[in-house]
Amino acid sequence: MLNGTEDEEKWLAEGIAGIQHNAFYMHRALDSNNLREALKYSAQMLSELRTSKLSPRKYYELYMRAFDELKRLELFFKDDSKHGVSVVDLYELVQHAGNILPRLYLLCTVGSIYIKSKEAPAKEVLKDLVEMCRGVQHPIRGLFLRSYLAQISRDKLPDIGSEYEGDADTVMDAVDFVLQNFTEMNKLWVRMQHQGPGRVREKREKERSELQDLVGKNLHVLSQIEGVDLEMYKETVLPRVLEQVVNCKDDLAQYYLMDCIIQVFPDEYHLQTLETLLGACPQLQPTVDVKTVLSRLMDRLSNYATSSADVLPEFLQVEAFSKLSNAIGKVIEAQVDMPAVGAITLYVSLLTFTLRVHPDRLDHVDQVLGACVKKLSNIPKLEDSRAMKQVVALLSAPLEKYNDIVTALTLSNYPRVMDHLDIGTNKLMAMVIIQSIMKNNSCISTADKVEVLFELIKGLIKDTDGADVDELDEEDFKEEQNSVARLIHMLYNDEPEEMLKIICIVRKHTMVGGPKRLPFTVSSLVFSALRLLRQLQGQEGDIVGEEASMTPNKIFQLLTQIIESLSAVPSPELALRLYLQCAEAANGCDIEHVAYEFFTQAFVLYEEEIADSKAQVTAIHLIIGTLQRMNVFGVENRDTLTHKATGYSARLLKKADQCRAVYACSHLFWVDDQDGIKDGERVLLCLKRALRIANAAQQMANVARGSGGPVSLFVEILNKYIYFFEKGNKQITSSAIQGLIEFINTEMQSDSTNPDSVADAFLASTLRYIQFQKQKGGVVGEKFESIKL
Amino acid sequence: MVLVLAIGDLHIPHRAPDLPPKFKSMLVPGKIQHIICTGNLCIKEVHDYFKTLCPDLHITRGEYDEDSRYPENKTLTIGQFKLGTIGQFKLGICHGHQVIPWGDLDSLAMVQRQLDVDILVTGHTHQFKAYKHEGGVVINPGSATGAYSSFTYDVNPSFVLMDIDGLRVVVYVYELIDGEVKVDKIDFKKTATAPSAH
Repeated sequence: MLNGTEDEEKWLAEGIAGIQHNAFYMHRALDSNNLREALKYSAQMLSELRTSKLSPRKYYELYMRAFDELKRLELFFKDDSKHGVSVVDLYELVQHAGNILPRLYLLCTVGSIYIKSKEAPAKEVLKDLVEMCRGVQHPIRGLFLRSYLAQISRDKLPDIGSEYEGDADTVMDAVDFVLQNFTEMNKLWVRMQHQGPGRVREKREKERSELQDLVGKNLHVLSQIEGVDLEMYKETVLPRVLEQVVNCKDDLAQYYLMDCIIQVFPDEYHLQTLETLLGACPQLQPTVDVKTVLSRLMDRLSNYATSSADVLPEFLQVEAFSKLSNAIGKVIEAQVDMPAVGAITLYVSLLTFTLRVHPDRLDHVDQVLGACVKKLSNIPKLEDSRAMKQVVALLSAPLEKYNDIVTALTLSNYPRVMDHLDIGTNKLMAMVIIQSIMKNNSCISTADKVEVLFELIKGLIKDTDGADVDELDEEDFKEEQNSVARLIHMLYNDEPEEMLKIICIVRKHTMVGGPKRLPFTVSSLVFSALRLLRQLQGQEGDIVGEEASMTPNKIFQLLTQIIESLSAVPSPELALRLYLQCAEAANGCDIEHVAYEFFTQAFVLYEEEIADSKAQVTAIHLIIGTLQRMNVFGVENRDTLTHKATGYSARLLKKADQCRAVYACSHLFWVDDQDGIKDGERVLLCLKRALRIANAAQQMANVARGSGGPVSLFVEILNKYIYFFEKGNKQITSSAIQGLIEFINTEMQSDSTNPDSVADAFLASTLRYIQFQKQKGGVVGEKFESIKL
Repeated sequence: MVLVLAIGDLHIPHRAPDLPPKFKSMLVPGKIQHIICTGNLCIKEVHDYFKTLCPDLHITRGEYDEDSRYPENKTLTIGQFKLGTIGQFKLGICHGHQVIPWGDLDSLAMVQRQLDVDILVTGHTHQFKAYKHEGGVVINPGSATGAYSSFTYDVNPSFVLMDIDGLRVVVYVYELIDGEVKVDKIDFKKTATAPSAH
């Protein structure tokens, strides 16, 4: 191979040398106005172009040298004062050159001047030249020759308004000429494919692509001809060009030329000739990348549509979308071996087109999706990941365009396309949908839309057949489920009836999620229902009778069922929290037995399911805190529950936790409200009990570790004494407080080997508080006065 | 001038989908020196988000938090102790579900004394509060997402930004009311009390 390149360089150098050599003598002849000599040396020079040893690139270099020289020759020819021969005679004279290639180059050169002289109609000279060039059938040589012809004739075509237009010469003649040159060039170009041995096919294709612009140039010229209006393009130019494109049956040429047509001619023309242009597509060779061609066409048309609003009616008038849609259908049908990814890419392009041009035509969008569904149905199982990617692109496009999931939800074929995705991609798409909703802050407000949405994301909501749950990455799974949980809050309607429907639909779908999913989704659902309840409460006064179907009780029943499902997980801690939330909500609705029932459930969970000591501490505090706020209970119920709460508080594992829980219980007997319970005695009982526990803790610590225990507990209890003292609990006396302070001081001093700076500071700030209250004056000051420090 | 963001009770994803967009656009990284979070985020994504706003993040455990390893309470000190001026602020954080009765200021004052802090930041009630008592200030930044609360009806999303400068703290509260962000500010000055065991 290296040898080949080296040889080529050598030949090129030789060729250039030959040209230069003859050019030198040609110049001498020109300077001395010697026509005969000029013709001789120019012919010799042009003979260098007869070589068949050079690749197109190298030949081009040689050609350009000759071209430059020919320009100088043309100047000479033009000035007949220099050589004294008329152009007509000159035209005849050059035909005596020995070899055909030099002869034709010279003929074209003279022909150019001939046309300029107007001594003969342009069309006749052009016709003569274009036919004479037939004499050269070697592809590379012929292509460059005709390229030269095209070049020099460019400005001499009988276009409208050109000086060459006349009675005999019309723009039709110009068009004919260019078309013929184009046709011949294409034939030569295609012929290259069949030259030489098969194994150098790749090299040949590369060489061919180097020459493609020579052929394409003709189309360019056609587009520049003024006289080629829509009418002429439609009736003459396009049909003839397409005829050549289809008949040449060469995939390289077909691909290049189709694309060239699309790029070179104006978009308005394409719109008006859409059927013809598209009609060629199924007739192309199966190996032609027709989808790229069509994509580029649709791209151009989309840009055209969005360039100005006036253009849009045209699109509608020519029924652009349906023509494109049909064409794509025909192409897919015709090219049986086209892989799935090809077909789907076409649909993506078509969808992009309609989203840009006719965004309001949702029926178009649905149609494209429907066509895709049909295609996917014919494939037993789609495993190509590239094809999958394209399907995701197809489904994402409407989401991005409309920024509003609700629009996508109206597309009947959308879920059907999703059904054809494999499990992994389906879930990916479901996440894309959810993210779109979150990003746009969309709200889905009707039950039927929610139903459609949850059908779409069913891959996330439940285990689908064939899914291997163990394979799921934990992080990914969490992310998925948290997304679903967040999604639930985007479903909302002002109307309680509709909102209840929505909640029921969500419940229906999420309840089959299985124990792994429930902990994520149940909370969102519960709070959604609690919000509805509050909405209902707010509207209480306004509704008259019609809302009989919707009562708080109904919602509480629903809540119970939802929370009960957590027992399958099991998730007792979460369930307990949710039951307490419901109890508070029942309190707000003033329904005592429901509130009591929720407390019962919470206690049952505490008793039977929550064994972890840390979890118990939090749980009991939540129970106490909630109970403290309940005002719906009658004496009996309240007593039962507080008794249970204090009992469990005292039975926590660690003494310190017991102590704290018990003094927290003291608040169960004192509610600052007007009607709140204010049982001073039981408060004191709790505090004393807490003290006993703290003492026991102290003693245990002494025995076990030889040093003091948590003095802080005593200070905490002291603070509670002060709290209730201030609130007016007569059972708590200032002497009791004083006594407690002394006791604490003693404890702290006796444990001087292990000073507890935190407890010290706490005591100090507590005493500061007492001082501060004393100095307040008035009722408060009087009260605190009795505490001697 | 030290900026401290106090924020909490987002309850994402159980009660709210995300922070309000208007809040998100206001909270940019690099402007805040410390973040104090009262708890109930509830998931790691929210934790990570706060980390991007400011690496110095202090969180206490709320009863719905996914990560049970957050501490029950925490303290941090802002500022340097300089002779002559007590230019230090001690902040304490505690979610508040542990303090009964919930939302009761006197009980919260007890916690403040116990933690020995100038400012106690607490949550749970989803209701913004900034309250001064003899022992210091109690601040509740409310719920940043306006999450449902059994305690408070009609929760407006809110958070607090504290500007601590020497002995003075300016508390800016940002509330989202009817779609608009409203800002209010409250000034507190620390009285130079007798030096205790700090």
